[in-house]
Amino acid sequence: MATAVIAAPPQPAARKFVKLLRDGDKAAHLITLIFAASVFLVTVFLVYELWVQSSPARAKFGFEFLFSKSWDPVAEKFGALPFIYGTVLTSLLALLISVPLAVGAAIFLSELAPPKLSNTCTFLVELLAAVPSVIYGLLAFFTLVPLMRIYIEPFLKKNLGFLPFFQGPAYGYGYLTAAMILSIMTFPFIISISRESLLAVPREQREAALALGATKWESTWQVVVPHARLGIIGSIFLALARALGETMAVTMVIGNDPAVHASLIAPGYTIAAIIANEFTEATGELYQGALVELGLVLFLITIILNAAAQLLIVATTKKGSKHD
Amino acid sequence: MVLASSASVRAETINAAGATFPAVIYQKWFQEYRKLHSDVQVNYQSIGSGAGIQQLTQGTVDFGASDMPMTNEQLAKVTKYKVLHFPTVMGGLVPTYNLPGMTDILNFTPETLAGIYLGTITKWSDARLKKDNPKAKLPDADITVVHRSDGSGTTFVWTDYLAKVSPDWKAKVGAGTSVAWPTGLGGKGNEGVAGTVKETPNSIGYVELIYAAQNKMAYGAVKNSAGEFVRADFDTVSEAAAGAAKNMPDDFRVSITNAPGKKAYPISSFTWLLIPNKFDNATKKNAIQGFLKWMLADGQKFAAGLDYAPLPKPVVDKEEKQIGMIQ
Repeated sequence: MATAVIAAPPQPAARKFVKLLRDGDKAAHLITLIFAASVFLVTVFLVYELWVQSSPARAKFGFEFLFSKSWDPVAEKFGALPFIYGTVLTSLLALLISVPLAVGAAIFLSELAPPKLSNTCTFLVELLAAVPSVIYGLLAFFTLVPLMRIYIEPFLKKNLGFLPFFQGPAYGYGYLTAAMILSIMTFPFIISISRESLLAVPREQREAALALGATKWESTWQVVVPHARLGIIGSIFLALARALGETMAVTMVIGNDPAVHASLIAPGYTIAAIIANEFTEATGELYQGALVELGLVLFLITIILNAAAQLLIVATTKKGSKHD
Repeated sequence: MVLASSASVRAETINAAGATFPAVIYQKWFQEYRKLHSDVQVNYQSIGSGAGIQQLTQGTVDFGASDMPMTNEQLAKVTKYKVLHFPTVMGGLVPTYNLPGMTDILNFTPETLAGIYLGTITKWSDARLKKDNPKAKLPDADITVVHRSDGSGTTFVWTDYLAKVSPDWKAKVGAGTSVAWPTGLGGKGNEGVAGTVKETPNSIGYVELIYAAQNKMAYGAVKNSAGEFVRADFDTVSEAAAGAAKNMPDDFRVSITNAPGKKAYPISSFTWLLIPNKFDNATKKNAIQGFLKWMLADGQKFAAGLDYAPLPKPVVDKEEKQIGMIQ
């Protein structure tokens, strides 16, 4: 044993620390851990604040709050149902309109369009995604509302008026108008992210499909789109999150009526809209507590829908892997 | 004494918050007053009457501002000092409508306004509306009712008036900054109501007089408590305050809707500064007292130019006495 083990000279703590920093690995680990923890802390703090601030309303109304339809600040009777209904209805309607259009557009832009056209359109789509929501609200207020009142709603009433969804006076303001502007606002989100995930599908997948004799469309629809489905589903849920929380554009066109209507052309209300509208002038602990509790409810709706998204992804992935 | 005088050399920053309706004239006043007294700077945040009252109660501002007087309950929550109400200017609310081709100025009675907003009068051709407007060609169309969707002092004044003149309204809806509207569409802010009315044929809404005047909107006359149809302008709104001034309570917490007087416009209201009666800081106290004196004298001259109705003389005299109560 010629090479005897030489004991390393004891290092002072300071030098050890400097060495640690110079190596970087541990320091980077620690720093990024703190950043990541802040996300967790903010979430916990948010829920805690919403929970504490809403305590007067929770104590008074309990679970009844979720199912009560009355919103009467004078008599101090508060219920969340019209707002939950309005929020979920407008968001889902919006996605119903925007998802097929946007996914179709993304497929065209990534797979079928000539590169020049694709790049121009993509640039425009990204521009649209950056437009502030109040601008969309103004657009809706001055163009969409009259369009709905004069043409679309009378048309729906005339042809589908036997259904309960298209009854009542045509104001131009209501669930359907809000859903339309939300669908326009979520459109660029879905296109942008879906297109990215479609482009990320390996070239070999396409070539393999074509080599097996698939047409261009068969390879796109049966190979490329299923491969990119996680990204597409992700984009849809990002769009849903935006639709649920959208405030300005919705309050400008929904009619702000705290009631539950079956008719899609009737005026309604959403959670984000009523908080923005009434919080500044809400006097009294109960009134403010009820508005904060609505915030808590919106948070819960978002969590539930996100959990549903995760489940959906897990379910579709399993199904997909069996086919593979 | 030495401390107070040396402190007054530096600019004293006073923080205030509250009503949005008088914000334009308040900003003007604080600016003009700064020109005369460079040592007094007031930061005014127009965050709404309710929020102004709340910030005053929590002690985060030096004084507040509100379109409605504080209730006894709200006053009881302020324990450190008493809150004094100072009326500053007045405003009126007008029923504005969009009837294509209508050139006549429509007349409304308390009964028809309450009926429209309760949803019991649903058509413009209703016999009750026709009776007050024999010459006007009222269409056989549904009335689209528009109200404020945001909580506001404006809504408080409108519903306070309806609750005073209509027992039905009082029982079913009541008065408040936000109420459970029996019918209609909500628009956010004066501009939201005005925009919705402009965009929707056969609609009716309510906005501040200054807003209707500046935007050249059609608005109707309202029957006052003396039985006269009166259209809102500075004179008729000031007249409402003069009518109420005779019975003005010492704390100025008074609603002047449906005020007596032949020329009085019935949907008028004061807006108030909410000033604590005690200040720990003598410099602040002197600055606020000085400002109030100036506001009641020279400041009132700015009102008409900015489309606010100035205070009548008897109210000004009474307020000047109240300034002395600030310690």
